Amino acid sequence: MAMLTVDNIDVYYGAIHAIKGISLSVNQGDITTLIGSNGAGKSTTLHTISGLLKPKNGKIIFEDRDITGLAAHKIVGMGLVQVPEGRHVFANMTVAENLEMGAYLRKDKEGVNKDRAAVFTRFPRLLERKDQVAGTLSGGEQQMLAMGRALMSRPRLLLLDEPSMGLAPLLVQEIFNIIKEINASGTTVLLVEQNAKMALSIADKAYVLETGRISLEGTGKELLHSEAVQKAYLGG
Amino acid sequence: MNSLRKADLKALIAAAVLFAIIYGLLQADVIGAFWELNLVLIGINIILATSLNMINGYTGQFSIGHAGFLAVGAYVGAIMTVKLGFNMVAALLAGTAAAGLLGFLVGLPTLRLNGDYLAIATLGLGEIIRICILNIDYVGGAAGLMGIPRLTSFPLVFWIMVAILFFIKNFKNSAHGRACLAIRENEIAADTMGIDTTKYKVMAFTLGAAFAGTAGVLFSHYFFIAHPASFTFMRSFDILTMVVLGGLGSMTGSVMGAVVLTFISAALADFPQWRMIIYSLTMIILMLYRPQGLFGSKELSLQMFQSLKIGGKKK
Repeated sequence: MAMLTVDNIDVYYGAIHAIKGISLSVNQGDITTLIGSNGAGKSTTLHTISGLLKPKNGKIIFEDRDITGLAAHKIVGMGLVQVPEGRHVFANMTVAENLEMGAYLRKDKEGVNKDRAAVFTRFPRLLERKDQVAGTLSGGEQQMLAMGRALMSRPRLLLLDEPSMGLAPLLVQEIFNIIKEINASGTTVLLVEQNAKMALSIADKAYVLETGRISLEGTGKELLHSEAVQKAYLGG
Repeated sequence: MNSLRKADLKALIAAAVLFAIIYGLLQADVIGAFWELNLVLIGINIILATSLNMINGYTGQFSIGHAGFLAVGAYVGAIMTVKLGFNMVAALLAGTAAAGLLGFLVGLPTLRLNGDYLAIATLGLGEIIRICILNIDYVGGAAGLMGIPRLTSFPLVFWIMVAILFFIKNFKNSAHGRACLAIRENEIAADTMGIDTTKYKVMAFTLGAAFAGTAGVLFSHYFFIAHPASFTFMRSFDILTMVVLGGLGSMTGSVMGAVVLTFISAALADFPQWRMIIYSLTMIILMLYRPQGLFGSKELSLQMFQSLKIGGKKK
């Protein structure tokens, strides 16, 4: 069943037509990925879904509700949460305070405490650095914090924007394992990645984006072995 | 929560003691008229600096038009008492409300801007307000609005200041305050955490403007006159300097900045040409050696001194 349906959206930056009629759907419980090169429109698509940008045409349906053009903070309240690219942690707040901000919309104190404990078990590194200021964390730790913070708002659909960006290969592997775990515990994931091989290997469903259009779609495996994708993104 | 209340009570007692000392000295004529005037000015400047700090410090929106809101408060308050014959309470309420309303109306469109653009927009706003006043004959135009009764006294300024400081302190520690801090830290992240960033930016701007209006009413009712020349952009920079000197984001820092700079300019009253030189030198030295301001974004508290004594900076 489709949890999120994006129907033929057009997005402009001023006069520039960045997204040209994209349609995609994310099924409940899946990891869906959106891959493509720089400037293909991956982040733009994600920003449009999360409400940071507004589409000119088209519709976005999340859990049977039309969220097209809704303000970002309202969409978060519905359970659709984005981890923005480049991590965007609150640099001068501590790790614990960052996590607390993640639960900003929640009123159930007990649930929040439980989820904080869960985040710390999932990211033991964050527990070690609980009282450290977030700006002093390494890139990988900041990515973990950004993900942990998003989990604090109990998302049903998690949008991840290039979680592997700028990380060492070993850390990339770790981050992807965590994404799989998060998904296994019941959170649907929409993942945008440049690291096509990694993303396709964990994805149930995948879309390839090229200059604002979807050029290919299929299951993760299909695309991983498709000749076109191999040539364009996997280096042979 | 209980310890918080206790701290509030302690602060209130400290304020009362401070008030008793100063008031006693005033009554005993140990503090003369000149320094009494400056004490009132310090109180007004503290209100201005801490309210600007809500916008620039907590929420991270760079506004440099605070004198405009000060002017609105000063004139609206004066119109209430001089032209319409209301009392001081009504003047305070009207001045505060008018400046707040203007802040709200202007904040809605301008807070979509950020950084330099917002600074330019607010700078322009301050000047627009001043030039509008300059051309309204009803309030005296360039000659200023004269004959305002002196309804402001040191006790009034002091207790209004204390009330506003309490409000701002509690605001910072509330969920609203945390939302503002999150916006300052990272607006995109705040957005994706479900914080209505526009709402909180406008809220901080409106509150800051409203308190500047309060300060304006107190100001014009102490100096008998509201004059456009008191509200130029130099005045806005004065306030901004206090905030930056104390440390953006620190309420106690803004208080300290207001006290220090008002004191310096009072001490240099006989050499007005030196005032700006000393101001600028202070800023240059500060930016070179302590760009985050005297207090950074930390608050001055007794715990700070205790940790200094022990020699560690453990929390």
